[in-house]
Amino acid sequence: MSEASNIEMQNPANSKKMLLAMVGIGIISAFLIVMSFELTLPRVTRLKAEALEKAIFEVLPGTVRTQAYGVNTNGELIELAEGDKPEITLYAGYTSEGNLVGYAIEASGQGYADIIRILYGYDPAKQTIIGFQVLESKETPGLGDKIAKDERFQNNFNALDVSISKDGQLRNKVITVKQGQKQHEWEIDGITGATISSRAVGNIIGESTSNVVPVLHEYFKKESNE
Amino acid sequence: MSSDKQKVTSTDEFIKGLWRDNPVFVQVLGMCPTLAVTNTAENAFAMGLATAFVLLMSNILVSLLRNFVPKQVRIASYILIIATFVTVTDYAIQAISVELHKSLGAFISLIVVNCLILSRAEAFASKNTVGRSILDALGMGLGFTFALFCLGAVREILGNGSIFNMPIFPEGYQSWIVMILPAGGFFTLAAWLLVINKVQTRKAKS
Repeated sequence: MSEASNIEMQNPANSKKMLLAMVGIGIISAFLIVMSFELTLPRVTRLKAEALEKAIFEVLPGTVRTQAYGVNTNGELIELAEGDKPEITLYAGYTSEGNLVGYAIEASGQGYADIIRILYGYDPAKQTIIGFQVLESKETPGLGDKIAKDERFQNNFNALDVSISKDGQLRNKVITVKQGQKQHEWEIDGITGATISSRAVGNIIGESTSNVVPVLHEYFKKESNE
Repeated sequence: MSSDKQKVTSTDEFIKGLWRDNPVFVQVLGMCPTLAVTNTAENAFAMGLATAFVLLMSNILVSLLRNFVPKQVRIASYILIIATFVTVTDYAIQAISVELHKSLGAFISLIVVNCLILSRAEAFASKNTVGRSILDALGMGLGFTFALFCLGAVREILGNGSIFNMPIFPEGYQSWIVMILPAGGFFTLAAWLLVINKVQTRKAKS
């Protein structure tokens, strides 16, 4: 009884105080968050762009200048303007003399833990993949993350065949096979202990190359004929 | 005399978190980051520092506002304050290194629900002056970082044969992958708790 009346007596004064406290703290919080976001944004954007640039230079050895392109829904290669979001993003890499080294293509797909985002380099003159980098993955440390670290696995992508047949499609789709069973140039030698992750990489590249490589091949043929 | 006594107790305020009341080894608080992000010494160290920073800032603010916040909404306001500093830390880590942010990932946001921080706000900062709350936060934060580092170092050495990414074993060392996986976290924590408890009971006896 006495407790109930006590609460009633306290409440009118306190609810105003409570509201004031919560709103006050809320305003301080909002101010701090917005301030730190604004302060860090330029540096975060720059670091992310740098990381991507570094990956492009990795997968296209000898590149000094890059140019962003996109593939639109009609399967045409378009030059990217600021802020465009195409179906597929890719980057052309040029040497200091202005010769084309190849294209760095972004691709992603489901891995073991989460979406894996990768970047691979394609040389249209040799019709092969010449480099591979993992941009983002949450694969298990020590097992699945070998797709980014294992040297033997990385060596798969020094010359992976993605040649085009006469009908304008990929001759062979890229696929991951069990470790030690690689027989053809379009096969990726998998990793024991990272079976699902290495297969996922094979699927991502297989899927992406069969969409993008014919477009790039066509474009490259036209360019070199001119 | 009285200032002397004051000095001793403030040092004690700082020291207690490092050893006697170590948040991980003695209070066994904040087990989620302790087990999840201690697979390498570097991750453990970064996580410990991030938590210590959030703890310090939230202790300061909670202590400053301790006479202003009514009892009924104190927990809600603590959570709001802690969440704010976690978000600030998240942006800061992204700006320091994309690599580091990638490896700490989801665990940064989980600092919000680290019971170590809430318990220090409720049990200490809301009842003590700003100066003492800072000392308490520094002690507890460094104690937490130290404990995480102990786990991370052991797990990286055994599981990867390296420390801070520098290999320390000769070529051909067969690493114990299990130590990097979640199970290794439990093994290492149990081993450390055994050692620390042994030391502390021996000390109490003598």
